[in-house]
Amino acid sequence: MTVVHEESATGAEVPIRRIRVMVNGETKTAEVEPRLLLVHLLRRGLGLTGTHMGCDTTNCGACTVLVNGRPVKSCTMLAVQADGAEVQTVEGLSTPSELHPLQEGFKEEHGLQCGFCTPGMLMSAKALLEENPDPSEDEIRWALSGNLCRCTGYQNIVKAVQWAGRKMRGEQA
Amino acid sequence: MTAVAEPEVGRARLRKEDARLITGRTRWTDNLSLPGMLHLAFLRSPVAHARISKIDTSAAKQKPGVIAVVTGADVAEEQGSLPCAWPITEDIKIPNAPSLAVDEVNFAGEAVAAVVARSAAEAVDALEAIDVEYDELPVVLDMNEALAEGADLVHPELGTNKCATWVFDSAEAGSGGAIDDAIAQADVVLERTFRQQRLIPSFMEPRSVLVDPTGEQITVWSATQIPHILKWMISAVTGVPETKVRVIAPDVGGGFGGKLQVTPEEIITFLMARRLGRPVKWTETRSESMQSAHHGRDQIQKITLAAASDGTLKGLKVELLADMGAYLRLVTPGVPILGAFMFNAIYKMDAYRFECTNVFTNKTPTDAYRGAGRPEATFAIERMMDELAAELGRDPIDLRRQNWIKHEEFPFTTVAGLTYDSGNYEAATAKALELFGYDALRQEQRERRERGDTVQLGIGVSTYTEMCGLAPSRVLGALRYAAGGWEHASIRMLPTGKVEVITGTSPHGQGHETAWSQIVADRLGVPFEDVEVLHGDTAASHKGMDSYGSRSLAVGGTALVMAADRVIEKAKKLAAHMLECSEDDIEFSGGKLTVRGTDKATDIQSVALHAHVAHDLPEGMEASLDSEATFDPENFSYPHGTHLCAVEVDTETGQVKIRSYVCVDDVGTVVNPLIVEGQVHGGVAQGIAQALFEDAVHDESGTLTTGTFADYLLPSAADLPSFVTDRTETPATTNPLGAKGVGEAGTIAATPAVVNAIVDAVRHLGVDDIEMPCTPMRVWRAVHSGTRAEGGPGGEAGGGLGSIDASGGAQ
Repeated sequence: MTVVHEESATGAEVPIRRIRVMVNGETKTAEVEPRLLLVHLLRRGLGLTGTHMGCDTTNCGACTVLVNGRPVKSCTMLAVQADGAEVQTVEGLSTPSELHPLQEGFKEEHGLQCGFCTPGMLMSAKALLEENPDPSEDEIRWALSGNLCRCTGYQNIVKAVQWAGRKMRGEQA
Repeated sequence: MTAVAEPEVGRARLRKEDARLITGRTRWTDNLSLPGMLHLAFLRSPVAHARISKIDTSAAKQKPGVIAVVTGADVAEEQGSLPCAWPITEDIKIPNAPSLAVDEVNFAGEAVAAVVARSAAEAVDALEAIDVEYDELPVVLDMNEALAEGADLVHPELGTNKCATWVFDSAEAGSGGAIDDAIAQADVVLERTFRQQRLIPSFMEPRSVLVDPTGEQITVWSATQIPHILKWMISAVTGVPETKVRVIAPDVGGGFGGKLQVTPEEIITFLMARRLGRPVKWTETRSESMQSAHHGRDQIQKITLAAASDGTLKGLKVELLADMGAYLRLVTPGVPILGAFMFNAIYKMDAYRFECTNVFTNKTPTDAYRGAGRPEATFAIERMMDELAAELGRDPIDLRRQNWIKHEEFPFTTVAGLTYDSGNYEAATAKALELFGYDALRQEQRERRERGDTVQLGIGVSTYTEMCGLAPSRVLGALRYAAGGWEHASIRMLPTGKVEVITGTSPHGQGHETAWSQIVADRLGVPFEDVEVLHGDTAASHKGMDSYGSRSLAVGGTALVMAADRVIEKAKKLAAHMLECSEDDIEFSGGKLTVRGTDKATDIQSVALHAHVAHDLPEGMEASLDSEATFDPENFSYPHGTHLCAVEVDTETGQVKIRSYVCVDDVGTVVNPLIVEGQVHGGVAQGIAQALFEDAVHDESGTLTTGTFADYLLPSAADLPSFVTDRTETPATTNPLGAKGVGEAGTIAATPAVVNAIVDAVRHLGVDDIEMPCTPMRVWRAVHSGTRAEGGPGGEAGGGLGSIDASGGAQ
């Protein structure tokens, strides 16, 4: 069990909720303050620092994770709202021996520079490709328009998603 | 052991950096935790100018988890004054710059108190219990008003809001004639005033600092571009000996100049960790970043261009006002000076005068942002070239061609006194025109005009150059910059034949680990995979000037080549001893050391092992091939290129759509085309963003109303087109790599290309300028008033969150 108290062991009257979340296929139980954000549960509580926090206002998308398969900005969801849910983060994309096609695509097409936006981009793109395995450039651009990147100008991110799409469809990447 | 078959330099190697970044295993500063670590949060002023009449921290100190609460008065003895390394004139006014405000605050967002607590949340909670009383003072926001007689003063003790005036005059410098003569003799004199709006660098990784005081050296992890300069400056500001400070820039998530800074937050986190004897971490929120991390641009440019009736340029006069904000940070006053030599750009003319007045206001300090001074200069001249073409009824490309430096004229000393070593503007432009389909687009433009289409087509041109590869130390000295512009590299030849490279550059997205490996692999003839690049930790990399100003490859890469050549010199000496021949008879190629004319040979790995075990070395030779080098460039480097932009402007809505964007850049010899293309994409995106989207807006009280990403409009994937990129390669002659630098080029080039295109689309409707960002409202107003749109409504974001920083921003 993971205990995450943002305001811990102070004697103050802090309501605590116990939640159970499936994170990257493992069941985690945590005691959390109701105000704890999902991103903070992941980063501080579970040590999953691959999910980044970039803006606090649901604009940049660096904190995007999948909750029950849907892309969610984890800075705008309370941990208690994820009680009973399945959460996937960037750490759950690959196995020790194999990268996800999207991860490969981002490397192959130089879809990242500083890499801070990349985990969020990967998770949003994963949700896109699961819904639409062969998206057009416009569809990719719209699907990723909630994820900001300051380095790449997005062009190679689009190519990276196309690369992954081809691989996942069994075509020559 | 075989040498690498294909040359590494020029190869589109996939990046070594990516593995950790795509799997979420990166060590950003905020990802680090240390035993016993405490968290720091800042209380920031919600007002732009006030005397602090009272701060009561007693309630905050009683809050759960709080370890310490300090105000400026509590650290006044230790905090010193934040450094300004570029006092551009002898009589420059430099205000005291405390990290925590002591008596007064001078911009909204300035830190006034800090809380250290056991958790980040407890630290933020306690901020709310700090009681500050502000006696508000008049707010100075407008540069022209700030310079007027009897103006309210940002810093009354300075007696003026004028920070400094810096002048370059070609007649005085001997690099050209007198501007007044050129203007008097010209057939055409055009005068325009442009506003370079204030921008926010908006690196994606918020700034973060972690200080561990528990060792003999105090270790500082910081999301910084400049670990080496930071180490020096922490020592200079706090008085802690430099030997007691170690700075580590771990993976850093973007910078764009925004992390080229010595910040109040770094100093206070350092002081608090030292005071408490425990590790302390601070990580900013985005709105803290937007309020308090330095901004960029913010100039008013009055430009006078003089020409003959046949289009030949005669002279250029530049009169700038540059907004410093409230304090002078690391290179604040020097940023406009970096543009001083670039307004004349690629053009020949008789006379040039540049005069910049730096002005204090009650706003966030400005400092370097991608291009730093050079985008402003390029914007002004490229807009003016289009204006002159329109005035004379000339094709804008044709007018540029008439005035630019011809490729056979290099090296060419400009009217600003710089010597451009190489370039071929004809070749880049020809290639760009072909890719763009210039003639067909002009035809379509004519047709749309003739039929009165509600959607008009515009074509924008930008033929830019820039000075980068910062910088020759003697030039920096002459410009009164406090540091040098050299770079350092060292190479460790390990006993197993592997190679460790230590660079003084400090990448934050540029892929130095990959590109530097390619350079060393080629030079030493070792496999790419055998090279490991170490950077960003002053304990490993003891000497460096870090990364900014498109300098890393041209300067740092050259240091690397020099160090590799020294390794080879040592290896040749030892190989001659091993192979029993004269050193002169050893040939080195592709990692092999061969006795000339024989098949007797060894390789660099064997020689490295031989040196390491040291059983049999020539007389007087040290047991090492390791080498280091410091390179100080003789000249800047001068990338150039031609960017062409076609926009569709909806005259009924003012909406601008980029239809196509073509850029042909000449950044000299390319080490990794994949990385270069990525830099161009990102640079162009930021240049377009200035033209169309971004603007840091303050209300009349000095509150930043674009203090979140809901209000400050960064373009998303849906807001940008795909770009067509290509290159010409004219090697730089001033470094052995032939590299010129690519980090800033796209940003410098793109902004005027876009604005020129928009104005071109609607010029026949009587429009000759639209202020940036060219929002739909501004474009619509320009079209429907038939005159230039001088800012006004449309710049500010509508319906966003405003400045909602929980730690004190105006609500």
